[in-house]
Parts: sequence; C-alpha cells; structure tokens
Amino acid sequence: MLTALSMALGVMLVVLVLAIHGVVAESFGTWNLGYNLIVGAKGGSLQLTLNSVYYLSRPVENISYEYYLEFVGAEERSRALQHSIRSHIHDAQWDTIEATMSAFPGDGLGSLAGALATDTLRAQDYSELDLDRGGKFGQFTALAIPLCLGDYYGQFRVVGTTPDLFGKLTYGPSADRPYEFTAGRNFKHWDEEHSYFEAVVGSTVAREKKLSVGDEIASTHGDPEGEGHGQKFTLVGILKPTGTPNDRAVFINMEGFYLMEDHALDPPKEDEASAEDASGFAGMAGGFVEPEPEDEHDDEPPTGEKERLPVEQRQVTAILLRTVNPMVAVGMPRTIARDAQGRAQCVMPIREINGLFVIFVSPIQRALLGITALVCLVSGISILVSIYNSMSDRKHEIAVMRALGASRGTVMTVILLESVLLSVGGGALGWIGAHSVMALPAVSHAVEGRTGVPIGFLSFAPPIETLIEYPIIGPIIGNIPPELMLIPALIALAVAVGFLPAMAAYRTDVAKSLGS
Amino acid sequence: MLQLENLKKSYREPDGGILPVLDVPNFAVVEGEQMVLLGRSGCGKTTLLHVIAGLSRADTGLIKLDGYDISGLSEAGRDRYRAAKLGYVFQTFNLLAGFSALENVQLGMTFARGKYQVARAKELLDRVGLSDRAHHKPNALSVGQQQRVAVARALANQPRLLLADEPTANVDPANQQNTIDLIRQTCSDEKIALILVTHATEVSDQFDRVDRLEEINQVGVTSH
Repeated sequence: MLTALSMALGVMLVVLVLAIHGVVAESFGTWNLGYNLIVGAKGGSLQLTLNSVYYLSRPVENISYEYYLEFVGAEERSRALQHSIRSHIHDAQWDTIEATMSAFPGDGLGSLAGALATDTLRAQDYSELDLDRGGKFGQFTALAIPLCLGDYYGQFRVVGTTPDLFGKLTYGPSADRPYEFTAGRNFKHWDEEHSYFEAVVGSTVAREKKLSVGDEIASTHGDPEGEGHGQKFTLVGILKPTGTPNDRAVFINMEGFYLMEDHALDPPKEDEASAEDASGFAGMAGGFVEPEPEDEHDDEPPTGEKERLPVEQRQVTAILLRTVNPMVAVGMPRTIARDAQGRAQCVMPIREINGLFVIFVSPIQRALLGITALVCLVSGISILVSIYNSMSDRKHEIAVMRALGASRGTVMTVILLESVLLSVGGGALGWIGAHSVMALPAVSHAVEGRTGVPIGFLSFAPPIETLIEYPIIGPIIGNIPPELMLIPALIALAVAVGFLPAMAAYRTDVAKSLGS
Repeated sequence: MLQLENLKKSYREPDGGILPVLDVPNFAVVEGEQMVLLGRSGCGKTTLLHVIAGLSRADTGLIKLDGYDISGLSEAGRDRYRAAKLGYVFQTFNLLAGFSALENVQLGMTFARGKYQVARAKELLDRVGLSDRAHHKPNALSVGQQQRVAVARALANQPRLLLADEPTANVDPANQQNTIDLIRQTCSDEKIALILVTHATEVSDQFDRVDRLEEINQVGVTSH
C-alpha cells in the first residue's frame, strides 16, 4: 500500500508538472493574437512584445501619434489632422477672429467679420500637410490599434486604446472569437453621460478587484505605487474570460487617457513649429483656415464638449497591426526600420514569443520533466525494493501455488502483474490527486488569473511539441498528450522493476520452500 | 494406476558428496486404493511424495500414472500433470493467508485447464462442513477447520491420486479422526486413490494396506 502511495505521489507530481508545462505552453502562444505585427519605439523587441502582448515588463518609450496615422487610411488620417487644425484655430486664431468681431459690434457685422477672418485663414496653403493622403502604410494595413501604456490600476496594467480593440479584434486559436462582455458593453470614443472617460476591465481584474459596471476607477501613473490620477473612469463593461492577457488588464478610452494630467505632450512653440517640416506636423500650429467640419459620428462629441487632444500632443506606446495578408508582414519590419530612421521598430510578436519560449521556457520545462521522471523512477525502485523484500515471505506462497500446478511462468506473471497493478493503481490515484488539485477553486482561479489559461479537473496537458525533434519516437510522442503516455510508461516501469522479484519467484525451489 | 520402477533419488551434499535418499525398485497403487506409508522421521517419506508429485525429479527410474510416464516430462509438463491429476494435503496445511477459505479451495482448480468451477468449490466446502465459513480467512478458522479447507482444496481439481503428508500431525486428537474420515470418505466417493503418509499407528491401523517405507526404500539411510 505504501509503495502504491509512493507511486501515486510521483505520478501526481508528474501530472502537475505536465499541467504547468501545458499552461506555460498555452499562455505562450497557442492562441492566435489576431494581429501579426507590433510597431513601437526603437529598443528591445522582446520588451515591446512583453509590454504590448502580455502587459509585462517595464514600459517602453513612445512613438508619435503622427506615425500611428501612417498606418491608417486617408479618411481617418484626414479626420485626425483636421481635428488638430480646428483645435489650433480655437487656441491661436480664435483671438484674431474675436478681435475682428469686437471691432465691428452687432450681430450682422460681427458675423461678417468672422467670415472674413476665416476666409483669410483659408487662403493660407496647408497643402503641405497633405491632408487627403492615406498613411504611408495604410494600404498594407487591415487593422491598426494604438496602445498607450504606463498607468496601473493596482497591480494591473491600464491600457489606453480605441474601442476597436474589442470591436474589431478577435482572438482564439483561429482568431475567430469576438470579445464578449459578461456585463455592460464596450467603451465608446465619446459618451454623452461619461464623456471620454469610460473603461472596460478583463475578467480577472473584475474578480480580484470586485468591480461591477458603474464603478469608478482611477489609475496611478508610472508604476503600481505611483501617484494617482485625479481623473476617474466609469466602468461600462466587464469582458468574459478569454484566456488571454486581456483578462488581466484595464482598458480605457485613449481620448480620456490623453486628457489625464502628464499624459499630453507640451504644445510646440510657434518658432519651433515653423522650423519643422511637414512631417513634423507642428507646422500647422501657425494657424490658418478653418478646416472642413469633421464627420459626424454617433460617438463624437457635440460642439462645446471638452476637446480632444490635438495630434502633436499625443503619443502611442505601440500599434497592433494586422496586415492585409501575411506575406506583407514579412517585409514590414525592415521597411519600417528604414522609414522610421531609428525612431520606431516593427516586430513580429509570434517570433519573439517563440524565441523566448525556445531560449528560456523550454529548457526549464525539460528540466522539470526530467526531475519528475526521476521521481517516478525512484517510486518505481521503491516498488522493486518492496516486492523484492516481500519475496522471502512469499516464497512459501509461491511454492504452494507451484505445488497446486502453477508453472514458473505463471508465478512470474503474477509478480509482474502485482508490480503493474501497484504502479498503474498508484498512478491512477496520483492522476486523480493531481487533477483534483487543479480543480481546486483557489488553484484554478490563481492559474487563470496569472496566465489566462483556464484549468479544471478534466484539463489535459497538451502534447509537448518540443519532443518532436527527437529521432524515431519524436514524431509519435510529440503529438500524443503526455498524460496518455503515462499509462505505457508506468507499465514499462512496473515490468522493469518487477522483473527482479519475478525472477526470484521463477527460481523458487518448491520442495525447499513448502516446508511440509 | 500408479507405478514406480527402479526409482532412485539422491542429494548433493555441501562437501560435494552424494547422499542417496530413495531407491525404490517397485511400488504400485491401484485405482481407488487407499494405503498408508508408514515410516519414521527422515526416512524419505516427503521426498517420495515430492517425486511422485513431480515437485522433485528422480535421478533415474520410472513413474507412471494411468500409463503415462511422468519421469520423462519437462518441468512445465510436470506442472500440468500436477494441476490435472494430483491432490496434495500438506502437514502444515499451506493455506494462503490472504485468501478466504473459498478462494483457497478455488486456487486448487485454478491451474488445471477446464476444471475451474466455483460451484464445485462451494460444494466441497459444504462437504467438509465449512459452507458457513467460506469467506473467512485461514487465521479466523480453527486448526481443524484449516485442515478441512486444505482437504477440500486438494480435491478441487478432481484428482486421480491424493497425496496426504501427515495430515493429522498438527491437528488436535479430537479432530484427527474427523480429518482421516473426511479424506477417506471423499476419496471413496470420488474414486480417488490415496497415499497417506503417517507415523501414527492409530491412523495406519484403519487401513487395509500399510507399507513401511523402510521396506520399500532400499537405501535405508536416515536423512531427509
């Protein structure tokens, strides 16, 4: 019984390690991200990936919003730029218009003066901004979602982004699952009730922070213990569990993110601005005509609402890109490196994740598997010792069976069967024990919370694909769930360790051992 | 039915010498016959039974049961012969402690091809008066009851020959006669030949045929 228990503990350990192995493998990329490139500031490609995909590691530098606009179509780019132009008219030229109007008091003359002033501004040529063109990479981009990182809500990352993250991006092994909400809805660009200050949280955040729709949350700047922002966001939606890092993050409207203190860049000075070229964009700060009115959207603010930040005061940490086809993605990193001239980089997150997995995670997993295999071997040896030690007591029983007609082969088989039963029975006990541990609410919630991978009693470790590289048996064992391999492995171990006592049984001298 | 001719058996001693134990020129038992082998301790009674049962191999000589030569069989062949044709009642019962009375009886028919019948095991236990103890382990049975289980087990495979090695040696006097009666009656019922080894004259006196081993065995040495 003790030997079976020893084997049960060994197998329990193996199954738990396999489960950890599976959780790590799954959290490191069996799911499809829904995008294939990340653009961010020049620096470590792995750090950019960890930041943007897993919301881990220290925040990276930012890139300009204008650069983000190079990845969108003409309409969106034009709208963003026109918004900035209009905001500059408000800031810089409105004084001129007001002065003109005040020089000619009275409704009729005042209006006329305003019209004259805007005509004057329109006369200036802003063609250098090239408002009508699409972003340089817009034609290659099916989807571009900006991320603004740097704030925290407790230990969870706050991600400033657009509603497209949950509206247009999908996830899952085939990237075909839309994001859904257990409560509430996606945040909007602008909402009549909450303005720009709406937030959505992942399932883990909602559970751990005990949040519900309608709650107000405020982020801290820079790190979890950083200074708190005064601005509060209203929680309008809680995501259903996705098994992705999004379960562990807070998502706020990017427009609201920019309007928080310390999140806007200082506006460029006029003399600096005039020195900039068109790509520097700040040239528009010189002021000119009133642009075409922005398209009306349901979620756009009506006139008079607090204004969104102009383009030149915005930055993004990363841009998640889905290219129009996978082949485009292959050349994009090099193209962007050349185009950005050191200001930005483009990485393929899957490649980074795989690299990380191969370099760091796989060796640790293999070491763990090796250790647990040794534990099983030790358990097997304890079965050998136990059966072998009992052989002296059992020689008499074996002799009786032989006297009753059992052959040497029969008694040998009986001993081997006993060893197999101890191993497989102990193994089954260990399997049940390990899966019971995995099914404990405290364990399953903790694993799902930290890795995004749901586990339960019937969660089986996935095949260990790295085993495929081994010759001959690699293609077989690399494609079979490792827990299934435990059954033949335990039987083989039992036969191996049972062989010695079985041979002792085989060689038992019946006449001497009967003692009659 | 059983015939031994020029049977010789010896053991190798630690110093390399040869110690003759058995030299039986001729010995025979007819079908259904019940006989006693009488002999003092160490005269080779158990060795003779082991050789007849095929547990030990004779150096030379012929052992025939129902006309078949057993002495020439391989070990596996002797195992099959033992399982099919022989019953053995041991002096120390040799019941398996981890098995119930019924399971011990069933064990007696397990190794004989085509003879496994739970109903017969139950019937035998009933015949030896232990049907109400069928599921008791040996340590929960009295010595007399244990011996009765051992007798039932020896008969389980419907043998042609029953070897009983001092079956009453460890049984209290009150149960000795019951055990002998039980063995003789069941052997008589099932037409089983019986060779009963004993050194107790009160047992041997009940049999028509009593052979003294010292007279059969030409070695006459007192060892084993």
